[in-house]
Amino acid sequence: MANQKKRFMQGNEACTEGAFYAGCRFYAGYPITPSTEVMEICGTRLPKVGGVFIQMEDEIASICAIVGASLGGLKAMTATSGPGFSLMQEGLGFACMTEVPCVIVNVMRSGPSTGFPTGPSQSDVMQAKWGTHGDHPAIVLSPASVEEIFHETVRAFNLSEIYRTPVILLYDEIIGHMREAITIPEPGAVEVINRVAPNCPPNEYKPYDNKLGDIAPLASYGDGYRFHVTGLYHAADGFPTNNTKMIEDAARRLLRKVDDNKERIWKNEEYFLDDAEIGIFAYGVSARSAKFAVRELRKKGIKAGLLRPITIWPFPDAAVEEMSKRVKAIIVPEMNLGQIVYEVERAAKGRCDVKGIFRVDTEPIRPIQIMDCITGAVLALSEAKNGAKPPVSTMTEMMVERDMIDG
Amino acid sequence: MSTPTEELKPLAKKKKKVPFNYEPYIRGGKLPHIWCPGCGHGIVLKSLLRAIHTTGMSKDDIAMVSGIGCSSRTPGYVDFNTLHTLHGRALAYATGLKLAKPKLKIIVTTGDGDALAIGGNHFIHACRRNMDMTILVYNNAIYGMTSGQSSPTTPQGMISTTGRYGSIEPPFDTCQLAQAAGATFVARGTAYHFQELEKIIYEAILHKGTSVVDIIDACPTYYGRFNKYKTPSEMMEKIEKEGTVSVKQAEKLTPEELQGKFLRGIIHRSERPEYCEEYNKLVATVQAKK
Ligand SMILES: Cc1ncc(C[n+]2csc(CCOP(=O)(O)OP(=O)(O)O)c2C)c(N)n1
Ligand code: SF4
Ligand SMILES: [Mg+2]
Repeated sequence: MANQKKRFMQGNEACTEGAFYAGCRFYAGYPITPSTEVMEICGTRLPKVGGVFIQMEDEIASICAIVGASLGGLKAMTATSGPGFSLMQEGLGFACMTEVPCVIVNVMRSGPSTGFPTGPSQSDVMQAKWGTHGDHPAIVLSPASVEEIFHETVRAFNLSEIYRTPVILLYDEIIGHMREAITIPEPGAVEVINRVAPNCPPNEYKPYDNKLGDIAPLASYGDGYRFHVTGLYHAADGFPTNNTKMIEDAARRLLRKVDDNKERIWKNEEYFLDDAEIGIFAYGVSARSAKFAVRELRKKGIKAGLLRPITIWPFPDAAVEEMSKRVKAIIVPEMNLGQIVYEVERAAKGRCDVKGIFRVDTEPIRPIQIMDCITGAVLALSEAKNGAKPPVSTMTEMMVERDMIDG
Repeated sequence: MSTPTEELKPLAKKKKKVPFNYEPYIRGGKLPHIWCPGCGHGIVLKSLLRAIHTTGMSKDDIAMVSGIGCSSRTPGYVDFNTLHTLHGRALAYATGLKLAKPKLKIIVTTGDGDALAIGGNHFIHACRRNMDMTILVYNNAIYGMTSGQSSPTTPQGMISTTGRYGSIEPPFDTCQLAQAAGATFVARGTAYHFQELEKIIYEAILHKGTSVVDIIDACPTYYGRFNKYKTPSEMMEKIEKEGTVSVKQAEKLTPEELQGKFLRGIIHRSERPEYCEEYNKLVATVQAKK
């Protein structure tokens, strides 16, 4: 790779690079910390490539606008954080129901409500899956480095185009604002996938025809295919139906699109997991601390290992199941008061202990916290035999005072 | 369609020679529609289709976008690029679509609740941007779809299921709101004056920029029943005929005589840069600097 392409940049900037690489030509958004850089860069860069940028009146309008633009044939994206993500939920469901590809970036900040706007958090992982009403498919990607944000943004667009569904890119404020050196691949080096367009005559086109599979080709408005799109349950031709059989078929098909393809959508990193006795399940910034902890613990002779989901939804059941068969305990550090830990528990099915480390003071979970927890777990395991004392925490944390900015 | 055809007869008589053929614009197999007998929405649709026909625009180049409500069901019956969205959000979807495909003529069919309550924010911002689109507010002063609750245009004192003792809220005037927010074409019509409405919609579609037409029509099923109008036609006469005066007539009337009457016709027309054109200029300038 050419040297001049190596650049030092922020996570949010890498997200825009990934979007442009994937062919994103439409951005609609509303400013909110800590995602605003994504919007600002799109506003500067998109006009240069003939793309469209618009600042909408709120986040509700933003998600609606990107769906409108996607139906007009452009790859479209919006970015937001906590409060804005909450506002987008109804529009997200509409995109799922109507099967319109689009990408929504949520740079997680502390909540609920306005919370601590500049404070990082990982407390939207459940909302990203369950935030909108009704059963619906969810593809949520959770990068943990600046370089990975680039690649996962490209993958988010690809997955949304393949499966005709909104894809959420979910990362925390730390990853979003952190700066790292990354190499932007040459055009063509990373695969970019575009939605399948219909090849039938317009009068035969049915936007939800599943005769050939669960995902029908998608035409663009204005290209001669005059089709109907509605958030009501609809038949293959897109028009509303109250046929109970069709409603059930459509509901099941929506979930099946992701469920049947989860092996293709799943993406995990395993770190010293092969011979691990204690497993860590961590995503985003917490996974960075976890990696550090694994290295330090290994130096001390404790066999720790990490499973890091890069696709967080659909949940990596198979990988957790596999890990739970081999380790004695799984530690789940997350910057919330317990969310994905329950999914880990569910997938581990009681085969091993599952213990969460939760932190919501808007400071990242430190490696030492994870290490303490693991040495504790190891001690607890041997304690059963020889009655050793519970571990004394070696963690010394400073209270950090920061200016409150009402981002 | 089960719209009150008796009201349409005079027009059919006058234009005896060539009866208008709605068929090419109606989607095969999608009728009957959901509208109640006597509902004004069907009459509005007729005027709308005739107006579109007169413009000579290709069906491929028209996108009809709506929110949620009885009025918002319109796109499901017509053969254009059609998008039935979320309650209140039609204009936001329309904005994205227009920017992605500027050649599309966007027509938004929306209700008084859809446009002015839940969608009020999008409404004023759409007017402010002056993007080329036509917004038709089917204003029956009630939430029809959800069985007759008060809307932002329900006149004071009128009865609804959420205003059993008469509404105490002052209503919005759609046209004043649109004009104040920056719409460059603002008009009002009624289902009763369906021929005039056709002309107004025609002008609105041809206007470059955001055009808003407030269309007073009737929901006999709820508004009519609660407020003691005996028939849909009585409603139309009292509200749409007697309750409005044309802009021309109004010139001759005193402020006292105009009290409580809605103006009909083209109320405001002005020129302001259209959003998509401005955006294209911006792109050209930015690219020239590159
Ligand atoms: C977010 C949301 N809130 C409420 C509703 C319920 N709802 C559906 S239509 C409607 C009102 C429609 O009134 P209007 O826009 O005036 O249209 P009309 O039926 O009178 O033509 C409401 C409140 C909804 N669908 N979505
Ligand atoms: S409820 Fe009212 S607005 Fe809805 S179709 Fe019936 S008459 Fe028309
Ligand atoms: Mg209404």
